[in-house]
Amino acid sequence: MREILNEMTISFKALSVNEGFARACVAAFCVQANPSLDEITDIKTAVSEAVTNSVVHAYPKKPGDITIKVELYSRSVTIYVSDKGVGIDDFEKAREPFYTTKPNEERSGMGFTVMESFMDNLELIKNEGRGLTVKLEKFFSIKKNVAVGE
Amino acid sequence: MIVKNRIYNNTLYVLLSGELDEHSAMNTRLTLDELFEGKNFKQIIIDLSELDFMDSTGIGVLIGRYKKMKDRNIPIFICNPSNHAEKIFKMTGLYDIMPKIV
Repeated sequence: MREILNEMTISFKALSVNEGFARACVAAFCVQANPSLDEITDIKTAVSEAVTNSVVHAYPKKPGDITIKVELYSRSVTIYVSDKGVGIDDFEKAREPFYTTKPNEERSGMGFTVMESFMDNLELIKNEGRGLTVKLEKFFSIKKNVAVGE
Repeated sequence: MIVKNRIYNNTLYVLLSGELDEHSAMNTRLTLDELFEGKNFKQIIIDLSELDFMDSTGIGVLIGRYKKMKDRNIPIFICNPSNHAEKIFKMTGLYDIMPKIV
């Protein structure tokens, strides 16, 4: 069983102005595991994609909340990006490259493909009640010295 | 997002500085469309050397501009992408329509 060394949760309104805050905040938290710069950028990009997804799709009427939970392990990080919005009916379809429900808005439909290729695991989970959780997992390349818990 | 530009030798050079995500996409679209409406250039080079961050929203923005300029037969080229931007461009096949130049 892997031991969680540290964890944090943030919650904010599903507004695009919060995307930069969300990815910077998660990246800053992960720095204590001493990841490479490339790994940090991978995480920032994937978090940005997941948050954008909730901002654009989850709340068509009024922006609700997005919650990000980060679990830090000695050699990996698991990030949960959750909303309580409309959710996604067909996960398989949503994960297809270039698939978008908003083709008229110049959307690339590459969000999940980017998350998949920049992270090591991507899982979509239907929330109990309403909404979607995107679970992202990243393994750090080599054993790092983690200051937390030392 | 800060967009700088100059025209030299029938080429419109555009330098994107900052972060290109969902939040900055709309303003970037409007700024680029305004610049691209000009008549005194025959090609466009987008320099990404000062782009600190980009996610797949950037692909939507670039493809949208490509479609508009295609009607006028004005090619767009990309230069100086970060490793991450490059990875997204290759993944999406963007270089097929906006070739990278060095």
